Formats: sequence, C-alpha cells, structure tokens
Amino acid sequence: MESIIPILEFKKTCVSYTKQTMAVKYVSAAIERNTITAIMGPSGCGKSTLLRAANLMHNLYPNITVTGEILLNGENILSMEPIEVRRKIGMVFQRPTPFPTMSIYDNVLSGFTLNGIRLPKEEKDITVERCLKSVSLWDEVKDVLNKKGTFLSGGQQQRLCIARALAMKPNVLLMDEPTSALDPVATKHIEELLLELQKEVTILIVTHNMGQAMRISSRSMFMYLGELAEYGDTATMFSSPSDERTKSYLTGKMG
Amino acid sequence: MTNTRIKRRLAKDKLLLWTIYLFAALTTVPLLTILGEVLLRGYDQLSWEFLTQPTPTAYKAMKAIEAGDSIPGGIANGIIGTMIMLGMASICAIPLGILCGTFLAENSKNRFAKVVSYLTDLLQGTPSVIIGIVTYIWVVVPMKGYSAIAGSVALFIMMLPLIIRSTEETLKILPSSLKESALALGGNKVRVMLKVQLPAAFGGIFTGVLLAISRVIGETAPLMFTALGCSFIRWSVDKPISAVPLLIWEFFNDPNLQQLIWGASLFLLLFVLLLNITAKYIAKKWNQ
Repeated sequence: MESIIPILEFKKTCVSYTKQTMAVKYVSAAIERNTITAIMGPSGCGKSTLLRAANLMHNLYPNITVTGEILLNGENILSMEPIEVRRKIGMVFQRPTPFPTMSIYDNVLSGFTLNGIRLPKEEKDITVERCLKSVSLWDEVKDVLNKKGTFLSGGQQQRLCIARALAMKPNVLLMDEPTSALDPVATKHIEELLLELQKEVTILIVTHNMGQAMRISSRSMFMYLGELAEYGDTATMFSSPSDERTKSYLTGKMG
Repeated sequence: MTNTRIKRRLAKDKLLLWTIYLFAALTTVPLLTILGEVLLRGYDQLSWEFLTQPTPTAYKAMKAIEAGDSIPGGIANGIIGTMIMLGMASICAIPLGILCGTFLAENSKNRFAKVVSYLTDLLQGTPSVIIGIVTYIWVVVPMKGYSAIAGSVALFIMMLPLIIRSTEETLKILPSSLKESALALGGNKVRVMLKVQLPAAFGGIFTGVLLAISRVIGETAPLMFTALGCSFIRWSVDKPISAVPLLIWEFFNDPNLQQLIWGASLFLLLFVLLLNITAKYIAKKWNQ
C-alpha cells in the first residue's frame, strides 16, 4: 500500500504573494520515496516558493496564500497544524543557520527543545552522536561539542543544520540551495552526504547548479515563470528534454 | 602639465580629508572639556567618606567652613535613593519593555502595533518635567506625600520607551532565516522566541537596558515633583528620598554646601561612563 501512495504530492498547488500575481501556478507532481528530486529553473521562477509551501513556511506571512493540495502520505498538509507538519518535513536553508547561543550539542537537540520534548541524558548523547555521524561531522567535532555552533566553518555549519533537521526523523527533507553559500570542497562533501542520506529520507532540493542536479538527483523538475515546465528522470531530462523552455535553459540560451 | 594637475587634485583631496578630521575632532571637544572640568574640580572630594556619609546640615557645613576645614559628610543618602528608585523602576520597566518590544517586532504590520509604536516614540520625546508633574498628580497627590515610589514611577515611565525600542530594533535585525529555521523544526512561536530569538538578541537588549538606566540616572526635574529629597539616609519607599542629581541641585542652591557639587557631579558622570562602557563591552562580547 505504502509504495502506491507517493510520500509527497503537489496537486494543483498555487502560491500567490499578491491578489494579482501568482508565483507558483497549478503545480502537480508526485515525489518518489527515498529519492533526491531537484527543482531547477531561472531566478524568480518560483522554485523556493514551491519548496517553502511544503512545510507551511508561507503561513508566517499573512499576505501569502497557498491553494490546491499538498499531500504528505496522502494527507493534505494545508489543513494540518504547522508545528505538526514541520516535524515531519524538515528544512535546510541557503545560508547555514546554527542557533548562535547554543552549543553544537544543543544545536543538534534544538528540535526537541523547541518542541518541548525532554530526553534523558543517555538518549541525548545517543541522538547527538547518531545525527552527527550521519552527516559525517562527528569525528571533526566530538571533542568540542560544548563550543558554539557558530565557530564551525560554513560547510560544517551546514552539516550541523542537516544533522539538526535529521534529529527529528523527518519523512521529507527540503533543501533550499543548501550549497550556494559554500566553497566547492564543502559542496562536494554535502552532495556525497545527500546521496547517502536518501536511504533514510526523501530529499527535495532547490538548486541553481545544473551540474549538481545531474550529479545527485534521480528526478528533476524544471520550473519557468511559476509553472512546472517539465518533470521526469534527471538523465532523460538532461539528454533529451521534451519541453522547449527546458531545452533552451539547459543549453544556456536562457537563464 | 599632467603632473601638476594630478598634484593639484591630490592636494585638494588632502585638504578635504584634513577638514573632515578637524570637524570630527571638534565634536569630541564638549565631552572632553566637561569631563576635564568635573575631574579637576571634583577628584579631591571623592573619598570613601564622601560615598558613605549622608549630606551634612547647612549649619555643620558653615561651622566647618568657618573653622577652615573641609565640609564633613557626603552623598550616601543620594546614592542609596538613586539605587532604590532605579531598582524599582527597572524591575517594572525591563520585563514590560521587553514584552512590548517583542510584540512590536513580531507584529510590525499589525495596526494596533503601529499605534503602540508611534505612542512609544511620543513617550520617548515627552519632556521629563511633564512626566514629573503628571506623576505628581497620579501618585504624590493620592498618596498624600512625596515618596521613593513616586520617583520610581516617573523613572519607570522614562525608561519604558527606551527598552521597548532597543528590544524591537534588536529583534528586527536578527536574520529572518534564524526564526524560520527554528520554526521549521516544529517549534511554536513562544518557544522559538524564548529559546532562539530572545537569546540571540540578548546582547542588544541588555545594552538597551543599561543605556536606559544611564539615561534616567541623571534626571532631576521629574524627581523634584516626586521624590523631593531628604538629607539623611533612608530605606523606606513611602517617604521622600534623595537622589544624586537632586543633591547637585540642592548643593547649588545652598552657599554653605557648594563645595560638594563637584564631587557629586563627578560620581554621577563616572557612573554613567561606566555603564556605557559596560554596555559597549557586553554588546561586543555577545556578538562574537
């Protein structure tokens, strides 16, 4: 049964910032379980807007309206409580955002703190070790767990943010250009990590970098002016795009 | 030909630069001369006795002057009064100001918040003498007497807008991604505020509180209507009480006590400077 229902599905999803203009227009797409799906497109095409709709980030801003349906395991999240949805759908942002007043240790556990969940000491230790190991940060920071997260390098901070999101055991991880603020070495590190992580969690990643989409994703969406122009296997899309707009973007005629 | 032109341009550049330096230096003149004046006149008065003894009576001071001695006593009654009133005002103004500032930062588009924000600006601009006279009507008249409580109310009203503003501004300059990433972990608004936003803003808020204290510690006018003054050390809050700026005014008006003005002024000035330096230091430390 589980395999039939997609883990995340957009159904005629629209997002508008003002009454006149729509930033995302009637997007319908089903995301496959345990894959990495890339969302590509030129600036301002609505990729981030679509991504942010999936964990109800738009609810913070009263002027933004989201219509249509977004289904998580068949349930429409638009009618669910944001705090419930966001625990199941984690998010990593463009710039690393470790909480500046918390130690590395507390940053990993911040999801529990923010949800008012108290863990016994041993469980805390286990969780921190497990999450930091899964983002291959453990060896680098195991001796400085009490230092502030902001002492780490950009790439390490971003891995800490991924570990923090993973600690809540989300079903889906949304990533909004997670490597655009990082250098190539740190980017490579994160990409390898994501390929490893897709075994545990379904990843939806917005990226500007076509090479990155090709390297890590198995499925790709191409968005243009708020519309989903094309959605399919990454390899097929890069070799023989079916949509004219995708073709001209991929060949550098537009973008 | 070209060479002279370049030289002329460089000379102009230098002239402008030095003019700017000159005017920048000029702005420090008032502070430095005030500090120098007060230091020169007051430094030999500051002593342990000066800080721990209450103000002498005019008669005692007169006798001492006639005998050629220095005036006995000090400003302990003023220091204690100032501390009591500042303490009571801070206990009320800090939590209330932070709560209100948080509300304003989180609901900047809300109509009610806009009105509150505007009123806060007006309150900040209200002359302190008016706050004093209104507090007199509100507190001194019903309580049938001047008191430390009345003085605290006046100081509280003056501190409130300063703390509200600094809290609001500090919270607003935090990157929105910080709040969003905390909410993305499933936190509710209150927890995100308490665990992430307010701790991250602590440095700025604390600086704001210290600056608010240093701003009202020298207020004289509102205390004339409310605390009135008292020539001995007093710990009760429902009776008239002294304060350092009130003492400076009293010393100025009493020919026998005029010698004490500079010591009291120096104490007040040093205290405010210390608060400012502490505020700067903490803000810097917290931002690292």
